[in-house]
Amino acid sequence: MSSPWIHPALVMLAGGLVLPALPRRLRKVWLLLVPVLAFGLVLTMARGTFGEVTFLKWTLTFGRVDALSLVFAHIMSLMCIIGTLFGLHVEEPGQHVAAWVYVAGSLGAIFAGDLLTLFLFWEVMAFSSVFLIWFRRTPASTAAGFRYLLVHVAGGLALLAGIVLHVKATGSTAFVLFDVHQLTPAGWFILAGFLLNAAVPPLHAWLPDAYPAGTFNGAVFLSAFTTKTAVYALCRGFAGMELLVVLGVIMSLYGVVYAIIENDVRRLFAYHIVSQVGYMVAGVGIGTALAVNGACAHAFAHILYKGLLFMGGGTVLHMTGETRMSALGGLYKKMPWAFLFTLIGGLSISAFPFFSGFVSKSMIVQAGFDEHLLWAGFLLNLAAIGTFYCNGLKVPYFVWFGRNHCQPAAWERAKDPPWNMLAAMGATAFLCVFIGCYTPYLYRMLPYPDAAQAYHPYTSYHVSETLQILLFTALAFFVLVRLRKIEPHAGINLDLDWFYRLGGRAFLWLARRPVQSADRGVGQVYRLGGLVPLMKSAGLVGLFDNRVIDGAVDGLAAAVRGVGRRLRFAQRGALQENLTLVFAVAAILLLAFLVFFRVSAP
Amino acid sequence: MSLLRLIDLLRERLPMVVRVGLAVLAALILADVVPGLVHKEHAHTVAEHVSGFWAAFGLIGCLALVVIAKTLGRLGVSTREDYYDE
Repeated sequence: MSSPWIHPALVMLAGGLVLPALPRRLRKVWLLLVPVLAFGLVLTMARGTFGEVTFLKWTLTFGRVDALSLVFAHIMSLMCIIGTLFGLHVEEPGQHVAAWVYVAGSLGAIFAGDLLTLFLFWEVMAFSSVFLIWFRRTPASTAAGFRYLLVHVAGGLALLAGIVLHVKATGSTAFVLFDVHQLTPAGWFILAGFLLNAAVPPLHAWLPDAYPAGTFNGAVFLSAFTTKTAVYALCRGFAGMELLVVLGVIMSLYGVVYAIIENDVRRLFAYHIVSQVGYMVAGVGIGTALAVNGACAHAFAHILYKGLLFMGGGTVLHMTGETRMSALGGLYKKMPWAFLFTLIGGLSISAFPFFSGFVSKSMIVQAGFDEHLLWAGFLLNLAAIGTFYCNGLKVPYFVWFGRNHCQPAAWERAKDPPWNMLAAMGATAFLCVFIGCYTPYLYRMLPYPDAAQAYHPYTSYHVSETLQILLFTALAFFVLVRLRKIEPHAGINLDLDWFYRLGGRAFLWLARRPVQSADRGVGQVYRLGGLVPLMKSAGLVGLFDNRVIDGAVDGLAAAVRGVGRRLRFAQRGALQENLTLVFAVAAILLLAFLVFFRVSAP
Repeated sequence: MSLLRLIDLLRERLPMVVRVGLAVLAALILADVVPGLVHKEHAHTVAEHVSGFWAAFGLIGCLALVVIAKTLGRLGVSTREDYYDE
């Protein structure tokens, strides 16, 4: 290699660092330039192992470049261009920086060759992505962000525990395929960390809780990176694990059932992330060359069409301030292009012929049937019905057609979005159709090229099967609309986050009621039993106090006041800032500890 | 705007759009019934050789999913919007 290997994550981090310092006009150029540069680096990257750094007694590998990491890095860096373009008109640099650090975390995890590097970037993702929720700046999004962080810290701890146990047992930090048929406790912990980020039930509730609370453009990033990086990690570490087939099929149906009764457009899309990632998890579990190809291809296609759907939902939010279907309707008159692009996203996720999902999802279903997992094949096809019902029919119909439930103010505001949002949606819609029509673009990137070349999605049987399933689903939908059985109505649906949301409240109640009243009781006892004798002795002590102690105390008080005055400037009660500070300090302490450990170790 | 005009045009001719849609459904079934048009060697199970199997799967599957989801909602999963507000 003549030129040095440059990590695309480094480009994103450096780009993000410089961005706030640039003048406003230059920022727009920078916003387009940096993601394109990172994408270019991925496109021209040679395969091999790069960026090996010795840290203490371990070797950290920042650049394991092979077919599997490249296909994921390709789509992640491409999505970064689209997502940034979509939010190009957002003036606040912090929002772009958070998104780029998040992308850097994802790229870093994908190229990581060892578990320690993986963990490092895994945590970078969690702590940067939460800002895409907090920047919405509503009380609901602040609370959702804290819950999101809490869950991801728990998942990160499981991953860390697994890594520590694994390294201790095997002495190796390499991130390679685990023995999935005889998984060690360490392997289970690592798997739990991955499954949480992939939003596998019962560890999924953070996703439909947090993503709809994000900013209109932040949710586009959120929809792409966390879950699909987890799919990559599962492909790498746990391919062929049968349990994943069961979990994948369950989650594909779980997401669909919740989406059917969901009223909020973006939460509906979020439930369909759970559902679609279910296909990928099932593909990883089947583990054959065709199935793993399918999981990768579907992750690739999914990032684009799900990004497109979230852009559609984000556009509706941005232009009307509303995302509940019970308060929308008839918007085609105001925003026809947003309708068209969202519909293309809906047709792609539904695997309509000539759209991207058709050439990716079918690989997984086919692999299931090939391995005689008939139940999995049929149930995944059942989930496909719910997918089309929600994304291809329910959302387009009840947001852009149907009865107009818009508030006058929202209706007045509504129109097609600024050029950059339309351009991002148009480019993504083009890619969804392009992938569906010209399969070599995607198939050539897949980790098993022979299996990809041998697979042909456009057989007469597959086209006929798919069209029958989807068009008769449409028939059922319009019959239900005609019968007025599925009108959207205001309301939310309880999911498993209920346990920790009300669990938190129970803790608060415990703190307020029993603990506080016990405290009050102790105070009462103290006042009656302690105060009277105390007053007597105080007179004596007062004498001593006046003479001797005062001098010393005065000096101490002056010192405390000085420290307090300084602390007051740092402590403004902004919990998010404090958390960031605490994590930074913790990271520094950890590093110091590690360095000390090296010094003192024999 | 031309896209808007196209949508409005289709809406004005809704009965015709519905008729075309129904014709497409009929054509799909017909293509499945006529032997030799759809190569069924790609079918995975015996049941799939029955003409219109996937059409029935789509129609019944959709209704079943909606019934299951709505029942789940009625069993206590669906609730008022301010449920979590304190």
